[in-house]
Amino acid sequence: MTHATPQKLGVLKPVSPKPALRRFHQASWDEPVIFELSSAGQRGVLPPEPEAAVVDAAGDVFDNLPAGLKRKTAPALPEMSQIHVLRHYMRMSQENLGVDLNIDIGQGTWGMKYSPKVNDQLARSHKLSELHPLQPVSTVQGILEVMYRLEEMLKEISGMDRVTLQPGAGSAAIYANVAMIRAHHESRGEGEKRTEVITSSFSHPSNAAAAKVAGYKIITLPPDADGYPDFEALKAAVCERTAALLITNPEDTGIFNPRITEFVDLVHKAGGLCSYDQANANGLLGITRAREAGFDVCHFNLHKTFSTPHGCGGPAAGACGVTKEMAPFLPTPTVEFAGNSYYLDFNRPHSIGKIRPWYGVTGNMLKAYAWIMSLGADGLREVAETAVLNNNYLLNKVLEIRGVSAPYATGKRRIEQVRYSWEQLANDTGVHSEEIGFRAADFGTHYWTSHHPFVVPEPMTLEPTESYSKEDLDEYVTILKHIAEEAYTNPEIVRTAPHNSTVHKIDQESFDDPDAWAVTWRAYRRKLLKNK
Amino acid sequence: MSPKKALVYPYIPNSNPVAREEMLKATGAKSVDDFYADIPDSIRLKRKMNLPEPLLAEAALVRHVEGLLSKNKSSREVVSFLGAGCAQHHVPAVCDEINSRSEFLTAYAGEPYEDHGRFQALFEYESMMGEMLNMDVVNVPVYDGFQAMGTALRMAGRITGRTVALVPATIMPDKLLKVHDYVKPDLQVGLVPFDPSTGLMDLKALRKQINAQTAAVFIENPSYLGFLETQAEEIGRIAHQNGAIFVVGVDPISLGVINPPVEYGGDIVCGDIQPLGIHMNFGGGHAGFIASRDEEKFVMEFPSRLFGVATTCVEGEYGFGDVAYERTSFAVREEGKEWVGTAAALWGITAGVYMALMGPQGMVEIGQGIMQRVRYTVKKLNQVSGVKTHFANTPHFKEFVVNFDKTGKTVQQINQLLHEKGIFGGNDLSADFPSLGQSALYCVTEVHTQADIDTLVNAIQEAVK
Repeated sequence: MTHATPQKLGVLKPVSPKPALRRFHQASWDEPVIFELSSAGQRGVLPPEPEAAVVDAAGDVFDNLPAGLKRKTAPALPEMSQIHVLRHYMRMSQENLGVDLNIDIGQGTWGMKYSPKVNDQLARSHKLSELHPLQPVSTVQGILEVMYRLEEMLKEISGMDRVTLQPGAGSAAIYANVAMIRAHHESRGEGEKRTEVITSSFSHPSNAAAAKVAGYKIITLPPDADGYPDFEALKAAVCERTAALLITNPEDTGIFNPRITEFVDLVHKAGGLCSYDQANANGLLGITRAREAGFDVCHFNLHKTFSTPHGCGGPAAGACGVTKEMAPFLPTPTVEFAGNSYYLDFNRPHSIGKIRPWYGVTGNMLKAYAWIMSLGADGLREVAETAVLNNNYLLNKVLEIRGVSAPYATGKRRIEQVRYSWEQLANDTGVHSEEIGFRAADFGTHYWTSHHPFVVPEPMTLEPTESYSKEDLDEYVTILKHIAEEAYTNPEIVRTAPHNSTVHKIDQESFDDPDAWAVTWRAYRRKLLKNK
Repeated sequence: MSPKKALVYPYIPNSNPVAREEMLKATGAKSVDDFYADIPDSIRLKRKMNLPEPLLAEAALVRHVEGLLSKNKSSREVVSFLGAGCAQHHVPAVCDEINSRSEFLTAYAGEPYEDHGRFQALFEYESMMGEMLNMDVVNVPVYDGFQAMGTALRMAGRITGRTVALVPATIMPDKLLKVHDYVKPDLQVGLVPFDPSTGLMDLKALRKQINAQTAAVFIENPSYLGFLETQAEEIGRIAHQNGAIFVVGVDPISLGVINPPVEYGGDIVCGDIQPLGIHMNFGGGHAGFIASRDEEKFVMEFPSRLFGVATTCVEGEYGFGDVAYERTSFAVREEGKEWVGTAAALWGITAGVYMALMGPQGMVEIGQGIMQRVRYTVKKLNQVSGVKTHFANTPHFKEFVVNFDKTGKTVQQINQLLHEKGIFGGNDLSADFPSLGQSALYCVTEVHTQADIDTLVNAIQEAVK
């Protein structure tokens, strides 16, 4: 038996402690665009062939098709064996960060919380995925019960009298609420007169945009000196033309507007309605509701507050809550219970009609239902309180970093998110917020600045939800602190970031140049490869 | 008795009292109530919410939810001929494998740096759709085909500055309802009647209805009632002669064999990608596409995100990003084109996987195979006494209308009898299209075997006796 020599002792050393910052490098497969992987004759999946008797009886199925309708050459899709398709997409998936991989607190206002795996698994059952929306109602009692029960729960959570689950996402829910408001005014003969919708500059852009799509003129309230939507501006705006106020509370600043009922009352007095954008209600579950604040309609995003995964940008799901006065206008159908069975009610003469095909994004309804069932009333309140605790903890820590501030309401607590500003740092160093976000990618995370236009200069919006631990928040703050120090001492490394990401600085010019932009590979080949 | 242990929720790390205490201390707050100090007492909920008792253990939750789902009967347990814009197609395993990947499933709106994969996968989706449609511009998916049609018409309205859209009277009533509501502030919708013997658009009526206010002429190919609009080229010509935009809705799974609309004059093409590898999900599996030629006047009217490809500072590296972002509501709020928001990106990625798996040959085979099965079914059904298919001389893709007037039975009665035999008959059209009598819309796809079809035909034979 040989003993370790002094030289060998070196290899028997324990592993050194981890450095303060994670030495991250994202997967970088240098993957070609899929068309470059094509290999003539390869097949990824074979469609089932019809039986010989079917083929014989059918004869030439194109014999009565006009020449102009028959496709002459097959679409030029890539030709790939199955494993090559799989591998290509697996590699691309690795070149993506999701909640499951990173401390995803940088997409503030968007509720990047944990989506429990068990709920995804349940929603993949063929007992849901392979249901057709027109099946006999007796064969879909289970999913109708889920929809009915989820509506009951969301009624209690919002305090409203009815809830529709039909909208496909938050913006579609905003639109549905505006369409119902429009129908309400039309039903009272005031459709022509009420032509204006008021919203605030910190509201999600879709409040303004969806109301405009519905035909309204938009009036935008600026923030006042304390960051609240300006009440004086509201007073000046409200009149007999006011159809509605679309407002969020708290707004992206995370500051709760304590005068919210005054806003609502003022609009009501003028005959307008009030819509509460609760896309993200995460900090308020069980604390305060749309009902108590006097709103006529509200909406939740099931993919924010209620945990359904964001899917790279959908499928999502929106839920609109309404008072009983607004219920006749709900999209059709509603789910009803007849004592022993559930059914769909299509007989809704005052309904705004359809917001999307059928009944909504059912997979996400099931996931949201399961999530609420796993927590109950106490659990939902725990979600809210923890999200708010995490946010205020993070606020304290972030404000210790050089160059950053939390504009408005100095010293006040925030609800579930904060819009920070790197204005000081940008003035000191010339490094912009967006660049800091890109540099954060080098440490396996990222953040979002803000919607446009930037009301808060050099913005950064963080929302830690309930899903992250103290250690997670500390790690995130360490990353930001490190980058801020870099901005002061070695700004070049921030400006040229990312360095450890899948790709490097992307040339932006072509995206706004009609001669160079390429939204498809065929356009790229035509414009830039000159059809090579 | 020992005090009740504080509950630590597995999804909430800081529900652990130890961590909670430490966090609170760091914030200098006495309790979480301090954080809610700004919420007036008058709007606080002063009681516990009245919600069902939670199922805290994962095992209990699974048992409960599976118990509910077990009350459903899926299309896998019966033979279904339901379609009407939501169709049972085979979903390749790789489609589900990819859209279940955490990195895609749980990402949202990261930058092209940390979410390069999302940008590339969606660019490739746009590109493969572009090949199917022979068009250079395809959007990141909108919610569904209804939304895609509504937006396509509003785009036409903005491009032409005109105020009327003409659509075929064979359109799905639900879709018309949505579109009518959606385009109302900009456009009136006029219905163009159809020829009762062929289902095709009445061109005389179209010529009469079209005028200098017509922004768009819309057709579907295949139509809601399943037939192919064989006069498409002529309709496009009429639209263009009158300065209108020709908007065409298509079923993308037909595009291996049916010419894409751009080849017969389509300017904007739209539809739903549910057939491309996405489960029906009780109608929750939809996503919409809009496509156009690569002309600035079209591109600048898209509300959706358009992901484009570009160079990076490294040779041989692809980068991706937003094309013409300034047209979106993300950039300029209500001054943008309609709105953009979270919609159905994961279904776009999934449809991309589907198209890559199918390849050119797969798309041809599936299209032809569906048409063969439809022909076979139509032939067989027309042999049943009292049963006939409408618009028999017009070519069809995957759906067709079966009429039962001469059997003396209603669709409802027949569907009830079929259901008892484990068959979901076609969608009852008698209320929506009274002129078609007791008719049902049947959908046949590649999932149907000859035995399935023969079973249906035999069951109908018995049902109409």
